[in-house]
Amino acid sequence: MSKYEPDERGYWGEFGGRFVPETLVAPLDELTENYLAVRGDAEFHREFLYYLRDFAGRPTPLYFAERLTEKLGGARIFLKREDLTHTGAHKINNAIGQILLARRMGKTRIIAETGAGQHGVATATVCARFGLECVIYMGTEDIRRQELNVFRMRMLGAEVRGVDSGSRTLKDAINESLRDWVTNVSNTYYLLGSALGPHPYPLMVRDFQSVIGREAREQFLEREGSLPDVLVACVGGGSNAIGLFHAFLEDDIRMIGVEAGGSGNELGMHAARFATGGSVGILQGTKSYVLQDAAGQVAATHSISAGLDYASIGPEHAYLRSIGRVEYASASDEDAFAAFKELSATEGIIPALETAHGIAHAIKIAPELPSSSSMIVNLSGRGDKDLMSVAEYENRRSE
Amino acid sequence: MSRIASKFAELHSAGRKGFIPFVSAGDPDLETSLEIVLALAELGADIIELGVPFSDPMADGPTIQASSMRALDNGVRLEDVIEMSRQIRVRSEVPIVLFSYLNPLYQYGLERLASDAADAGIDGVLVTDAVDEEAAEIGSILRDSGLDLISLIAPTTSDERLAKIAANASGFLYAVSRAGVTGARLETSSAAEELVRRARKFTDLPVAVGFGISTREQIEEVWEYADAAVVGSAIVAEIERSIPVGNVPERVRAFVASLLPAVANAGTEN
Repeated sequence: MSKYEPDERGYWGEFGGRFVPETLVAPLDELTENYLAVRGDAEFHREFLYYLRDFAGRPTPLYFAERLTEKLGGARIFLKREDLTHTGAHKINNAIGQILLARRMGKTRIIAETGAGQHGVATATVCARFGLECVIYMGTEDIRRQELNVFRMRMLGAEVRGVDSGSRTLKDAINESLRDWVTNVSNTYYLLGSALGPHPYPLMVRDFQSVIGREAREQFLEREGSLPDVLVACVGGGSNAIGLFHAFLEDDIRMIGVEAGGSGNELGMHAARFATGGSVGILQGTKSYVLQDAAGQVAATHSISAGLDYASIGPEHAYLRSIGRVEYASASDEDAFAAFKELSATEGIIPALETAHGIAHAIKIAPELPSSSSMIVNLSGRGDKDLMSVAEYENRRSE
Repeated sequence: MSRIASKFAELHSAGRKGFIPFVSAGDPDLETSLEIVLALAELGADIIELGVPFSDPMADGPTIQASSMRALDNGVRLEDVIEMSRQIRVRSEVPIVLFSYLNPLYQYGLERLASDAADAGIDGVLVTDAVDEEAAEIGSILRDSGLDLISLIAPTTSDERLAKIAANASGFLYAVSRAGVTGARLETSSAAEELVRRARKFTDLPVAVGFGISTREQIEEVWEYADAAVVGSAIVAEIERSIPVGNVPERVRAFVASLLPAVANAGTEN
């Protein structure tokens, strides 16, 4: 078995596992059993690929960012255009995979958490498509930041429930989803949106998202006759990054995950679990890196992007970092803001603020790399939802 | 025999059932919290469950979330809860069980926790989000210091798991009365009775029932088939209501006495 597969208890090395109240063990066992059954099922994969293609619009293009490359004068930059999927972000890949599983399991009610709202929109979309009841939990701070996505979810028939506890962001929305699930386990499927949480979620979400890297690898090989030198993706929970990286793990390629550096290095001002001060801990069902105080209380986080504003990170990333397979860097709010504007102006592509963190790092390192080298950046989502946030940021900045 | 085991033996020989109140340690502050616990012990609480405040209490409903947050806002951390337990122990022999999520314990260090908790007179630890091998590991560390690992069982727990959990548990089993988070409810589900009946097939350990018990009628109902009833959110809600008015320990004492007059009487026997 590949060293990139978790063991049967969901551990990659010391990271992952299943840390939940007893009440959730039975539903997680049921989910694991059903997922492992469809994982090797050809019929399930045919169905999955059908919806990825005809409903989500895959494969997404691998686009050569010619002007940005010229401007930076280093590595050639390619963009994997997940922003062009239906609903505008990679989140739809996982939502389709899990909704098909939920249907097979006979669940009639779907719940999900969302940070930036992209996963909420993707979930609301597949629920509308299959006629299933849908409840989305979202922190009230995120509801404020991502108003447009809230409207989209409601338009799609989902009930959006604001979460007013804790920092009122993604972490709190996950807590509330877990509470709902534990209360309604018999008919409810928890469609978790990132490579996080208790086993089997990190594995399952990774599997459904790995279509990104499989396509990108094939597209690059076909176009260039070789493999790229560097992969870059932003990392909140880490599903778009692991989705891009997975198919390349066995290749001799440099990979960089980019965390949210926020507005400073102090605890509470960023969401850089690796780059700035995170330590091993247990949060929301999994063991990974966590931003916390010395007594194990989870710290507040800050990022300009709601989707990266999370105190922990998917356990597979913690493992890939521990074995030195993937590097992790961070980009500040300011870097992301600049990259957001740069890509919009140079390539005519408005990226999500989350994605802009990956772009920012690419902009930083491309000039240092030879022009014979090439880089794929995961353009994980489009930025329409962020225009108000960016305008607000710009105003604050000029004050 | 551990303090918890002796307590259940004592209840058994007296033909009585147990009353186990829960409070978040340090809510609204450490001093008041200590007074509340001592008042509960005086009223005849058989075991005290002390919640260790945590920033992300995913198994708890709004009442306990808020109390946890009040304690955290006052800077209450695990070491303070251990110190508070030490002070309870100076003045009362009531068995103490820490009720915690894993992360604060993990950061403190499990071996260090076991040794410090035993030293402070704590008798058992319940870790909400540890199951299977992880729980077994914690159980063995606690046992080395003479502490009980109190384990949760739920209506969704299979017989196979019940057998495994019972084999690793000591002190008592904590049966979750229904699928869901903590929080007061007006009725207990029949699932609890069925769960206790199933658990008895695998263990001679006492079984306490909790989650949602908030009235005298519910306590009496649980006492029909289980060894003890845990009351958490109802007491915590009374603490919350009392904070703006003041005199919190006295109000909580009056509330619990009205909830359970039988316990108030039993208290004088101790």
